[in-house]
Amino acid sequence: MKTYQLPEVKIERDKDRCIDCQVCVRQCAFEAHKVDEDGDVYSEDEKCVACQRCVSLCPTNALTIKDNTPFVKDNANWTAETQKYIWKQAETGGVLLTGMGNPKPYPIYWDHMLLNASQVTNPSIDPLREPMELRTYLGSKPDKIDIKMVDGEPVLNTKLAPQLMVKTPILFSAMSFGAVSYSVCEGLARASKELGTFWNTGEGGLPQNLYEYGPNTIVQVASGRFGVHSEYLDAAAAIEIKIGQGAKPGIGGHLPGEKVGPVVSRTRMIPEGSDAISPAPHHDIYSIEDLSQLIYSLKEATEYTKPISVKISAVHNVAAIASGIARAGADIIAIDGFRGGTGAAPTMIRDNVGIPIELAIAAVDTRLRDEAIRNRVSVIAAGGFRNSADVIKAIALGADAVYLGTAALVAMGCHVCQMCYTGKCNWGIATQDPYLEKRLNPDVAAERLFNLVSGWSHEIAEMLGGMGLNAIESLRGNRLHLRSIGLSTEEMDILGLQAAGSPMA
Amino acid sequence: MKRVYTKEEACIGCRLCEVHCLTEHSRSKNIIKAHKKEFPRAISRVLVEELRPVSFAVQCRHCDEPVCVEACITGAITKDESGKVVHDEEKCVGCWTCVLVCPHGAPRRDLERRKVAKCDLCPDRETPACVEMCPNRALVYEER
Repeated sequence: MKTYQLPEVKIERDKDRCIDCQVCVRQCAFEAHKVDEDGDVYSEDEKCVACQRCVSLCPTNALTIKDNTPFVKDNANWTAETQKYIWKQAETGGVLLTGMGNPKPYPIYWDHMLLNASQVTNPSIDPLREPMELRTYLGSKPDKIDIKMVDGEPVLNTKLAPQLMVKTPILFSAMSFGAVSYSVCEGLARASKELGTFWNTGEGGLPQNLYEYGPNTIVQVASGRFGVHSEYLDAAAAIEIKIGQGAKPGIGGHLPGEKVGPVVSRTRMIPEGSDAISPAPHHDIYSIEDLSQLIYSLKEATEYTKPISVKISAVHNVAAIASGIARAGADIIAIDGFRGGTGAAPTMIRDNVGIPIELAIAAVDTRLRDEAIRNRVSVIAAGGFRNSADVIKAIALGADAVYLGTAALVAMGCHVCQMCYTGKCNWGIATQDPYLEKRLNPDVAAERLFNLVSGWSHEIAEMLGGMGLNAIESLRGNRLHLRSIGLSTEEMDILGLQAAGSPMA
Repeated sequence: MKRVYTKEEACIGCRLCEVHCLTEHSRSKNIIKAHKKEFPRAISRVLVEELRPVSFAVQCRHCDEPVCVEACITGAITKDESGKVVHDEEKCVGCWTCVLVCPHGAPRRDLERRKVAKCDLCPDRETPACVEMCPNRALVYEER
């Protein structure tokens, strides 16, 4: 069928600079660059996905990828994008698929929050000269502690629940082996070990070669139960039950059979070449009581030595659900906002389901405090954290720590072209093609991730110091250190924030 | 001695090592000029061998017992004190004997100048150009 879709980008090749070295031709899995019989290199705009791989590797800067949004007659309703979707579906009859997080221009509440700093009346702290504690513990805290004195020394009498110690309140989000390449998993695992934090296997199981990173690994138990067995649970530092994902709340997952090669097959414990389908719900969880059974099954299986996390997407009733999860016995609740990423999701779901993580953190923290059970769980927030300021604002709103997914991928080379579901990732990230996967050297990936999180941690320390705080735990849920700007009173009410300019209450 | 080693598992077959080797061995050392305006054009001394997904860059191994040195009919190839196998273009007559005997296929034929071109480990640089410019750290320059 003749396509009516119009090229969205324009590839500009400066012929004065191009040396016909064909690096772009070799690097483009989408075949947007070609070479003719005379050795002349040329490009085909309609195949380009704007992943910028060719631009990054072109040794003479001869390439520029430009926005070429098709001109359709001025119409706020029937935009180029809406028409594109209709053409696509008229040609395929299928569901629109996409990758990465919600790109729509919904409000980004982080950009409507301002941080406090100390002036005169309480001194700010210089983190380069004075101790600054970014370490925190994730897990259930007791309602009260009982201390007895032994030989004049206080000794803790209360048995504490297992805790995850993170040296910085930044963890790597669940990204499954299969959706992402082995190199990504290795990069995340190695960086986590160096940083003193954790990475998360997602639902793809833990590749055998990465068991040595178990002490820095959170393993997931998802609705498909891929790769779940006793050694997998034993290897991990914590176990996460995945109920939902911010990019596609309410639906399951589908890893196409083409991505299930020998290693993915072994790791996921499914036949090579078979589709890995994660059901939308866990078929054994239809209530908080059922969830509690799974939480305690996992606790029994690991002899109460590991915290159990439950990950949900941020949806309308997130606060009540979180309360149920806390009461079901979870040690950690991970909440994934609607800007959270994915390897593949139906476009309509990614772009229209869920709520912003900012509102979800505030709603959950408030609810758990009101019910006096905030101490029973730690809250990890996820879904589109772009920089250290977003992280510190999330902690001030009430999160214990955050998960980075997209930012970690961007650090490794991702340019958010949203083509993950094609398996042709030119950056070697969202692919299982051995030729493409080699493009991500795990040494480079681990180093870039380490650098990113170190940089953010330094910035968080600086901002904390500016507020006169010397520990990240002193900021958690301390919303007086935030002020809102340009928000409605309803939004401020949910976020629990005062307007910029209001005095310290 | 320090040699260039290839990490096959990280080589992505982009061939940027070849581009930068050619540039480094051009007269101008300007990448665009070297490729478009210099005649005869310099040639790369590194060659990426590829059978996807496997690929790796091959250049002179600077062997401990180099057969090319023994085979060279004019004495153009010698092993210097540092262990580097060096090639004197003045003495080279383009007989291609070294090309025939090299077990690595490292010497390259410069057909326009009828001379052999081989890796000289970039004497003007601290790290050879191919190693420094590899986008995926598939080449390392180290002592082993």
